[in-house]
Amino acid sequence: MRPQGPQTSQQPPQKEVSRRAFLKGTAAVGGSLVVGFFVPAGMRRFAFAQEPPAAAPAALPAVNAFLRIGGDESVTVLLAHSEMGQGIWTTLPMMVNEELDADWSRIRVEHAPAAAVYHSPVFPIQMTGGSMTTWSELDRYRQVGAVARTLLVAAAAAQWGVSPGDCRTEKGWVLSGDRKASYGSLAEAASRLPAPDKVPLKDPADWKVIGKPTRRLDTPEKITGRAKFGMDVQLPGLLTAVVAHPPTFGGKVKSFDAAAAQAMPGVRAVFEVPSGVAVVGEHFWAAKKGRDALQVDWEPGPHAAVDTESLRASYRATAKTAGAKASAGGDVEKALPAAAVIAEYSLPYLAHAPMEPLNCTVRHGAEGVEVWTGTQFQTVDQQRVAQIFGLKPEQVAIHTTFLGGGFGRRANLASDFVVEAAHVAKKLEQPVKVVWTRDDDIRGGYYRPMTVHRLEGALDADGSPVAWRQRIVTQSIMAGSPFAGMIKDGIDPTAVEGASDSPYVTAIPNYRVELHAADPGVPVLWWRSVGNSHTAFAVESFVDELAHAAKRDPLELRRALLAKSPRVLAALELAAGKAGWGSAPPAGRARGLAVHQSFGSIVAQVAEVSVEGGRIRVHRVVCAIDCGICVNPLGVGAQMESAIAYGLGAALHGEITMKNGRVVESNFHDYRILRLHEMPAVEVHIVPSHEKSGGAGEPGTPPIAPAVANAVFALTGKRLRELPFRLA
Amino acid sequence: MKLSVNGTEHDVQVDDDMPLLWVLRDVLGLTGTKFGCGMAQCGACTVLIDGQPLRSCVRPAAAVAGKAVTTIEGLSPHGDHPVQRAWTEVDVVQCGYCQSGQILAAVALLQAKPKPSDADIDAALSGNLCRCGTYQRIRSAVHRAAELMEG
Repeated sequence: MRPQGPQTSQQPPQKEVSRRAFLKGTAAVGGSLVVGFFVPAGMRRFAFAQEPPAAAPAALPAVNAFLRIGGDESVTVLLAHSEMGQGIWTTLPMMVNEELDADWSRIRVEHAPAAAVYHSPVFPIQMTGGSMTTWSELDRYRQVGAVARTLLVAAAAAQWGVSPGDCRTEKGWVLSGDRKASYGSLAEAASRLPAPDKVPLKDPADWKVIGKPTRRLDTPEKITGRAKFGMDVQLPGLLTAVVAHPPTFGGKVKSFDAAAAQAMPGVRAVFEVPSGVAVVGEHFWAAKKGRDALQVDWEPGPHAAVDTESLRASYRATAKTAGAKASAGGDVEKALPAAAVIAEYSLPYLAHAPMEPLNCTVRHGAEGVEVWTGTQFQTVDQQRVAQIFGLKPEQVAIHTTFLGGGFGRRANLASDFVVEAAHVAKKLEQPVKVVWTRDDDIRGGYYRPMTVHRLEGALDADGSPVAWRQRIVTQSIMAGSPFAGMIKDGIDPTAVEGASDSPYVTAIPNYRVELHAADPGVPVLWWRSVGNSHTAFAVESFVDELAHAAKRDPLELRRALLAKSPRVLAALELAAGKAGWGSAPPAGRARGLAVHQSFGSIVAQVAEVSVEGGRIRVHRVVCAIDCGICVNPLGVGAQMESAIAYGLGAALHGEITMKNGRVVESNFHDYRILRLHEMPAVEVHIVPSHEKSGGAGEPGTPPIAPAVANAVFALTGKRLRELPFRLA
Repeated sequence: MKLSVNGTEHDVQVDDDMPLLWVLRDVLGLTGTKFGCGMAQCGACTVLIDGQPLRSCVRPAAAVAGKAVTTIEGLSPHGDHPVQRAWTEVDVVQCGYCQSGQILAAVALLQAKPKPSDADIDAALSGNLCRCGTYQRIRSAVHRAAELMEG
């Protein structure tokens, strides 16, 4: 996004980011130094609509700020992305402070409002996902800090009649000789100075903050109950609604009888919305009881026969046929002998199941609409709400709360839970919070797609893989969405990522990865690590199967295949070495390994397992990550633990099934996630690196399922080709 | 009914079947106690009743009238209970949504067993789900809290 002068009219978002020129705006707002962007007046939030148009950069409204330094010594960093557990509430301020040199204990953090100025540096929307926040913001947030520091130093230098070069900074102070001035005391003067076009950033060799293990800034709120999630929004006159959804995807309301629901104490209204029947109450309990009493006759719609068991069988049949080419090299048809090694891997639909059920609060009035929600897609939601109310996007304010987990569910291409709340609110005078119960969440769709992989491979006389054919049957996430343009020649990249570009696969002289896009009508979405959540399982399991067929050590075969992928191999060697690969595991246990590259990072894991009472127990996971420049090692370690727990829960338990178009599972008793007693001891090793920074939130998930499956094979000789794992 | 929450007496007029969770959140405005499943499967709604952990999403408020309810807001005046200090030191939280329940379950465990083993922690906290997978750090932090409380 290029900087746009305050007088320009609103322009469509631009894809290219000019990192050099964006930071021109500074402003004096109540004696504060505000570092932000130029934005067109029309982009401002409706709350500012009555103000005269900004005449000069100095009038930049605070709402566009990335950083505010107050006369009271406050230092506030505004996040263009959402904090959902992944730790950017701490990581982005670290980037700012690497350059700013403020007193870390003074740093405060806020979510930014929804505005084009906060679009991702990668996509022209305001979003959080794809494990992109840290690497995509490393330049922008450092620039923010560097510009502010330059201005503060210039203000002090001018005050003292010295050259800025004779000043230094330290923990929120500018110093020169025996003089010192605090950042807060300089903020107003600094805000009156012209902002530089570009400030040179520190040499990474001089970094003091980036790379230093740093504890989270949001802990005090989150251990005292003060942190506000969407669920915790309170407003005067706030009502709560729950919506009865059709039991089948694509179902509709045929008719409903509201009498029993309306008779419940505290129920205020019952009405139809596009997604079902809303029951509005004075509080959640009233709305919930009202919904329990509601009688709805549903039109089942076109997907009422969906059955995951027969769907899987049809996927298996389809996987035997040729699909669209995702990638290829050599001539796999010629190289695949009749005696090829063949394996099929099957993975189920999965719900994201964030701990905070979906919810959204909407208030509308003469000036516009306000939305409070934990979202990963601010400007997408903003546009959709604007359409529903017939407003311009800038008349819709999005207040991002903390997210009680996202994992992709809150980056909904249809903004489903936000759109629903907008429809409910539109029929009410009072503000309303629409709450999904856990059952609504588990049964509400937008799952990781069910997927079948069929693998065929061949070895030469020396046991080296010479052919690899992989056929993937899955649903497209991007089809029909605003991202549909990324589908090329029938290939949704999120369906084949991690397979078509796998360093193993592309190292084999003859390979072909093909895709069949199924469309059973089940809503699907990105689930932590997206396509990699299934491709890594298939690829890393099959590499292990080839090693077994070739009678080669699993690590040794991987070494051979990864000879031209030194970073991938180095991560694998690190994990294998720390795990003691090659040494005898404790009695009754075996080890399995996997390495996978995704989101710009490489993660290798060695799992140590036993089988006790017919159950798989994972005792220890040694994890190595190469994420290039690592901004916060403590946070990256946490994300590895987190991603392992997420992926292990899915591998051991996770499955959404459907019969007669209805989702069978409904809550944590039958859609099980990992529990504390199942958590292995996780050791994380971070590869020291100056390479480009990569992601951390997702890339730890893909390797865990195959690492465990490979360990179970080593222990029992039983190959687990279906998730969730079943030994019997 | 009369409810004693964090040392304050409240007189609330609600239906007899209204779970304590929703009285806390929607009537008293104490939103630190979380809704996660509504069927005592996840522990996000854990509060202490006379020091004992309880899933407030399924227990009617009427059933705890007259007893001392402690929520996360009432655990310590400055967020510095040893368990909270341990949580900070170990950098436990991620999204944070389950942590009120985790912390209160840990407080109850440490009251019963000042030096819990890993097995004790597994037994006491395996009913408190964390989708971010902070379990390993929760385990460490419970041990650390035990040291702080001893110390």
